Amino acid sequence: MSEVVLSGVVKRYGQVTALAGVDVTVPSGQLTAVLGPSGCGKTTLLRCLAGFERIDAGEILIDGSRVAGGGRHLPAHRRNIAVVPQEGALFPHLSVADNVGYGLDRATRRSDRVEEVLTLVGLAGYGARMPHQLSGGQQQRVAVARALAPRPSVVLLDEPFSALDAGLRAGLRHDVREALRADGATGVLVTHDQGEALSVADKVVVLRDGRVIQAGAPTAVYREPVDAWVAGFVGDAVLLPAVVEQGSARTALGVLPVTGPVTDGPVTVLVRPEQVRVVAGSAGVTASVLRHDFHGHDALIGLRLADGTRITARILDGGAACPVGGQVTVHVDGPARAFPAQTTSTTSVLVDLAA
Amino acid sequence: MRRLAPRPALLAASTAAVAVALIPLAYLAVRTAEAGWDRIAAELWTERVGLLALRSIGLAAVVTTACVLLGVGTAFLVTRTDLPGRRVFAVLAALPLAVPTYIAAFAWVSTVPRWEGFWPAVLVLTLCSYPYVLLPVAAALRGADPAQEEVSRSLGRSGWQTFTAVTLRQIRPATAAGALLVALYVLSDFGAVSILRADTFTRAIFVAFDMGFDRTGALVLSCVLVALTVLLLTGETATRRRGARYSRLGGARRPASRLPLGPARWPVIAVLVGVAGLALGVPAVSLGRRLAAGVSRPGALAEVLAAAGNSLTVSLAGAALTMLLALPLGLLTARAPGPLTSLLDRLAYLAHALPGVVIGLSLIFFGINVAYPLYQTWWLLALAYATLFLPLAVGAVAGAAAQSPVGLEEVARSLGRGPWTVLRTVTLPLILPGIGAGAALVFLTGMKELPATLLLRPTGMDTLATELWTSTAVGAYAAAAPYAALLVAISALPTWLLVARSGLLDKEERA
Repeated sequence: MSEVVLSGVVKRYGQVTALAGVDVTVPSGQLTAVLGPSGCGKTTLLRCLAGFERIDAGEILIDGSRVAGGGRHLPAHRRNIAVVPQEGALFPHLSVADNVGYGLDRATRRSDRVEEVLTLVGLAGYGARMPHQLSGGQQQRVAVARALAPRPSVVLLDEPFSALDAGLRAGLRHDVREALRADGATGVLVTHDQGEALSVADKVVVLRDGRVIQAGAPTAVYREPVDAWVAGFVGDAVLLPAVVEQGSARTALGVLPVTGPVTDGPVTVLVRPEQVRVVAGSAGVTASVLRHDFHGHDALIGLRLADGTRITARILDGGAACPVGGQVTVHVDGPARAFPAQTTSTTSVLVDLAA
Repeated sequence: MRRLAPRPALLAASTAAVAVALIPLAYLAVRTAEAGWDRIAAELWTERVGLLALRSIGLAAVVTTACVLLGVGTAFLVTRTDLPGRRVFAVLAALPLAVPTYIAAFAWVSTVPRWEGFWPAVLVLTLCSYPYVLLPVAAALRGADPAQEEVSRSLGRSGWQTFTAVTLRQIRPATAAGALLVALYVLSDFGAVSILRADTFTRAIFVAFDMGFDRTGALVLSCVLVALTVLLLTGETATRRRGARYSRLGGARRPASRLPLGPARWPVIAVLVGVAGLALGVPAVSLGRRLAAGVSRPGALAEVLAAAGNSLTVSLAGAALTMLLALPLGLLTARAPGPLTSLLDRLAYLAHALPGVVIGLSLIFFGINVAYPLYQTWWLLALAYATLFLPLAVGAVAGAAAQSPVGLEEVARSLGRGPWTVLRTVTLPLILPGIGAGAALVFLTGMKELPATLLLRPTGMDTLATELWTSTAVGAYAAAAPYAALLVAISALPTWLLVARSGLLDKEERA
């Protein structure tokens, strides 16, 4: 259980700057997700933390003691940071028990620590199997158990679920979070999947172009994104041009209460599709239904307002009340988040998100 | 994107290994230059050298063309048609690799009287070498994505147009690689052309050295042969760059649909059986006939055992030295690819492409003049093997190192294990089997090496290959037969590995 602090970390590969001064605090005993699109530097960040790469500037502290920076580079095997790579990377020549016991000293290996962590990941009794006899999900569980076994300061998970199919992924990431929690481990999860980051992490760090754009609790990042890009990256977003007057924004969806540090004048406001309610009657703005994407548990309805603005609504029932081409009435629940006005049109942002 | 840390120790060891492998080449250049330009010119601009060049190049060209036709044709028949008994024919077509060319030549001269000259050499060399084209092309045909052919058909191209426009291009890199191998092999072949009395560079070099101790003549001829080899290698590099590698764009492996041969299958089968009969049947019958007489000769068994013991010893020494040199270079190739690494790799390959006669000749002069304590010992011969077979071993080590990806070592380090522990507990256990296979390959290849062994063996020490050579030279075919049979048995093992690895033996998936 340890707190990790990165400050001003810079990493360059020749001409390419992968990390351009990253400041992150990983709280002790929690799971922190580093979220970003591919190429944002999140894997580099993880490799610098683990000690596989030397940083060019800044410093990395674990429990207050410096492991990298200022001319110091503690080699990977002295950092007490265990990694779980993307494909698990189990040692193919060792049994499950020997894999899990790899990081333990001789005495601990003979204790019941191996079976204990195997139980944590739901693989009690699998110790004698060889890696090739396991499914992909089981291999990932063993990789997590192997990383947990020596009680490292930090466990680094590098997109550990990305190679699995969707059904398996949800169950496994829940189990892994529970295993980390039960063992009191500090974890860093690198991922490009916003759903994964929001659902399992205690803290989310959004990375873009080698910089931290936002860091905070999942709810804060989702509800109070610092800019329109983060808003769109962490979830479906309806971005509308608006004018703020005395704490309320005039938008195509009517006058909405706003949050966020804005002064009166033109702004861009964020409304999440689940805030847009499709209601019966005439109390609200009328819209025509353009498309209807059924997802099973809910549905996304594409709408066009009278002034031509396109928006998206998320509805929970089957959507029989919203036939394509029909007219509906919509209104917005809760406040909208306001950002300084942006130039990109609202529709192009929506198209990006749909893709 | 991910840069690997420079590895100075590995780089230094690799450079040293390549330097050792290049001793023969460097020394050849030094000795030849000592003769002075006038003497070199006098030896070089003669009608004989011109004739030798014409004959060597002609032999290489004719054999390579024949091998490409035979190899590509057979590969297509056994992988892409409904030929009955495809797998049997595939194995039969690959098996001639197990017959060293000088043994095939011996089998032919001991069976057909007056079987000598250019065209007999073409026949024997083609029958022995066409598997070098067959194996890579068959692997490429099996691995090629059939979807590309299907797309071509769906865009309105006929079967034949698709074959020429898509299939032949898919297999072009494999064909070029196989053809290069054949051409290099023919240029450097010594045993077969000597037994069949086809006067080429390798034979002329040996004769010049053996008969008159004509140093300058032998050295100049060697240099011309080296120049031809380098020219071929350069051409190969150029085609490699252009041909790139045609990779499959994801997707699962799916067998291509098979071309029905219909009534044409009977003549096709007749041709394949005929080729197999010439390539395998003639040596088998010839060896079988002579073997009984050869073994029953008084004292034969003791002689054969002594020669086998000598072969074993020098090949073991050669394999040990080769692996020692190959380890750093192989690890460097696998772990730190880059321009410097590929330069070292190419240089090692250059030594491999040199004819054994040239290596042997150069090392004799090296032994007499520079390293006299090594002269007339196994070690000079082991050095020749190391030079000749280094790329085989480097390939095995690099392939084995790929079995232990860097990611595994990183995980091990993150679990608190230091570099040496990681090497001992993760890297070595994963790569040792591959390295062992590489050592075995070098060992078995060394057992059948002829020209360098002939030149460098300590006086009075005979190996299986040299005993065969000596007996054949005096027409003692029965005495030669036991050595030939043993050598074929030894060659069969690496051949089998090669065939198994090419995928020709894999069970076919149902389409």
